[in-house]
Order: sequence, then structure tokens, then C-alpha cells
Amino acid sequence: MAARVSQRVAGVRGLTKRFGERTVLSGLDLDVRGGEFIALLGRSGSGKSTLLRALAGLDRDVRGELDVTGSVSVAFQEPRLVPWKRVGANVALGLTGPDVEERAARALAEVGLTERAGAWPLTLSGGEAQRASLARALVREPALLLLDEPFSALDALTRITVHQLVLRLWAAHRPAVLLVTHDVDEALLLADRVLVLDEGRIDHEAAIGAPRPRHRDHPELVSLRDRLLAALGVTLEEENP
Amino acid sequence: MTSPPLSLQTAGEAVPLDSTRSREHPARRRPARAPRGSAAGKRWVSPLAALALWQVASATGLLPDRLLAAPTTIAATAVELVSDGTLPTAIAVSLQRVAAGFALGGAAGVLLALAAGLSRAGESAVDPIMQMLRALPFFGLIPLFILWFGIGETPKVTLVALAVSFPLYLNTFAGIRNVDGRLAELGTTLKLGRAGLIRHIVLPGALPQTLVGLRQSLGVAWLALIVAEQVNADAGLGFMINDAREFLRTDVIVVGLLVYSALGLITDAVVRLLERRALSWRRGFLSE
Repeated sequence: MAARVSQRVAGVRGLTKRFGERTVLSGLDLDVRGGEFIALLGRSGSGKSTLLRALAGLDRDVRGELDVTGSVSVAFQEPRLVPWKRVGANVALGLTGPDVEERAARALAEVGLTERAGAWPLTLSGGEAQRASLARALVREPALLLLDEPFSALDALTRITVHQLVLRLWAAHRPAVLLVTHDVDEALLLADRVLVLDEGRIDHEAAIGAPRPRHRDHPELVSLRDRLLAALGVTLEEENP
Repeated sequence: MTSPPLSLQTAGEAVPLDSTRSREHPARRRPARAPRGSAAGKRWVSPLAALALWQVASATGLLPDRLLAAPTTIAATAVELVSDGTLPTAIAVSLQRVAAGFALGGAAGVLLALAAGLSRAGESAVDPIMQMLRALPFFGLIPLFILWFGIGETPKVTLVALAVSFPLYLNTFAGIRNVDGRLAELGTTLKLGRAGLIRHIVLPGALPQTLVGLRQSLGVAWLALIVAEQVNADAGLGFMINDAREFLRTDVIVVGLLVYSALGLITDAVVRLLERRALSWRRGFLSE
């Protein structure tokens, strides 16, 4: 386990991406070590999703070095379940081997969706659909799990449940996780390491040592929250007279 | 302060919605409820009256048989044509033509749509030709078809095939191109490969639109058959109708027309059944 944790699963050097005149990523460097949970913060348009798409192999039109070892899975902002495949078939989609159905069933059980395996995706609630999407990503036993704001469309109560689910799944499977989010509290609650993306490169980096489950009033998190918000260009002068 | 009256108000509004309406419109309530069975029955009044009028006109000689036979004559003729085997044989021949033409044209339309839909090279090779051919008035091709294929089964089947292929081509092509690009991305992250992407994402995604094309093409298939059978035929429904014209048998002509429309309705119902089964994933979205 220790060996796996220290091993690098993804390395990025000098990653640059332009959309016409606009430079979204400019010479970004990043190392992702096995088993670590990274949260990537940034304002809208800071290139978070662009970086994630490059790591997922969805954007080949980038310059720089991109070295991803091991398998990668993605859970998107919208769950992207294939509407004409039942939930179980969605999880199993693209899997090969003799025990595909068992593995899909196990993954669904892990996210608590066993009884919805035969349901059509359009009948699921937002939280259920996102859990199915997580099951589909994790059933592939990825070395790197990319989460592209998968909680942003959920209501606040469902989000808490799904946060806990993600932490539990991460603890059980130990993939490296790169969570793209614009929610500072979410990053603080979940991640080992928080990165702030600004002007196309990593502008701030902070490690979080507080043990999980974390409470948002933990002193380490409180002080870090202000620093991260400042790094994101948010000042709280009005709220703290 | 504000919330209790608010909830009272909404409760007061929600519960007696039905009763207030009936209190306010007592007159409207009665006709809406009592004669519900006869509401559908009312729709039969005018057709039945027309039928009765037709029968009377025929009986009094106002409407001569050589223009249009009486409804009772037509019914009797229908029974006769069925019992002596003429109609079943004619239907069988016509059905065979439609089936053969539909199979050929449908396969061609879908295959061409796949070729055009799945690659840019295929699109530039296939689509211009299909768009040009589509502009041809295909019933106008009958003289050419007779020259090319003679007057046997081939020109009839070919005409049906041609008519069928375009709606299926256009709809399947559009269906493929309208498949959600985000699902294609998902396919990439799931490492489906090109064949898997086509099988799991592209084809099922195009299916709803293809089924629309199927319904259109079946409608036009019957139309093409009627036209083809009018021109030259020695068997089938069209032959039966044309033959009847020679002998001024308007009763037989009407029976033939009724059979054509019944066949059209039946094939449409079959496709709708198919649609309900194949697209049950959408029904969940609508009803559950």
C-alpha cells in the first residue's frame, strides 16, 4: 500500500492549451501520486475542466507533456448515464471479462443502488444518477479517478450524503482522486491537497492534515478557507467588520 | 404571522377546486359528465348519416351504380370477394410486393445512412447523390422503369424500394448526427472503441429518429404500390381495381380502396407497437 501511495499516477509538464487567442492553460505542472485526494479549485474559466479533460484523454489538442500511467475513470458534472441502457448495464458498459455482471452488481451495491439496477436512468433522482455514475467510474478500478464537479447539481442534503459516499469509496479502493470544484468547503472537507488554478497554472497549493471526517469549523480548515478564498479573489471584508 | 394564513389559503384553494368549479358552472358540469359515452358516439352520427344518405341515393337511383355502388352492394361484394378467394389472393400478391420493396429499400436506406452518418468521407460520398435523387419525382420514373425492367414484378418492387429508402435514409442520417456528443465522450472514457461506440451509443441513439423514418416510409410504400399497380399488373389489388374499372364494377373498386387503407393503418399500428417496445426507456421519463 505504501509503495502504491507514493507512486506517481499522472505527471503533467508545461501543459498549454489555447482556444484561438485565449490561453486557458499556460505551462501547467502537476504530479498526482497514487491514492491521494486532490481538489482543484478555480474560478470559472480558469482551465480546471480543460486540465481534467486533457488527463481524461478527451482533449488531444494540447501541448506539453502528459504522462498518465494506469487506468483513468471520469465522473462528469451531469451523470451522463446512457438513457437507453438500464442502470446495471450503464455500470457494466465497456467492461470485459467473465464476471462483468457480478462486478457491476457489486459496484451498485457499494453505492446503495442494488434495487435500482433494472431501472431506466431517466427514472432516477439526481442523487441516484450521480451515485450510478460513481459506480460506473469505480467498477473499472481506476488508478486515477477524475471528478468533474459531480456534486454541483445536487441539492445540499444529497450533496452531504454523496460526499460521505465518495470518501468511503476512496478509502475502500484508494484511487488517486482529482476533484474539480469551485466549492471551497467541499475541497476542504474532502481533499488531502488543494490546488488553486489561476491564469492557466497552479497558483496556490495547500496540504490538509486534519483527520476525516472533518468538521468545517476545524481551526485548520477555517484559516485555510480564508487563504483559499483570497487566492480565488474573494474578500470577506463586509462579513467580518 | 404570514405563514399560517398562507397555508390555509392554499389548502382552501386546493381541496374544493373541483366542487367550486361545479358550483360556478353547474350547466357545464352536466354535459361534461353525463353524456361522456355519447361524446364518442356523437362522432359516429355524421358518418352514419352520410352512409344512410348514400344508401338512399343509390336505392332511389339518384346515384347510379356505374358511378358509385350502394354501401350494401359493396358489403356484399366484399364478402363475395373474400369467399371466392379473389381478395385474399390479391392482398397476398400486393403484400409481397410491398414487403420485398420495403426490405430492399429499407436496407439500402439504412445502410447508406450508416455510411453517410458515421464518417465525413461517407457523408461527402453518399449524401449529395441522395439529396439529388430525392428531388426526382419518383412516380415520374415509371416510364423509365418499364423500359428498364419490363412490366413484371421488378418495376413495382423497385418503385416501392425507391420510395421507402429516402425517408429511412434522411431520418437515420439525422438521427446519427444528432446523437449527444457528450455520450460519445463518455464512450471514449469507457474505452468502448469505435465498434462499441456505434453499437452502444450511436445506433440506439439514432433509433427514435429511424422509427419516425420507418413510419413515413411505410406510408409512402403503400402509396408507391398503388401507383405502380395502376400502371400495369396482372395480379394484386391494383389489378383487381383496374379490372373492375373495365366492367364498371364500382363496388369492387371501393372494396379495393378500403383494403388499401386498412393495410396502411395496420402497418402503422405495427410500427407504433414497435416504437413503444423499442423506446420504453423514454416511457419511463414520461410516466413513471
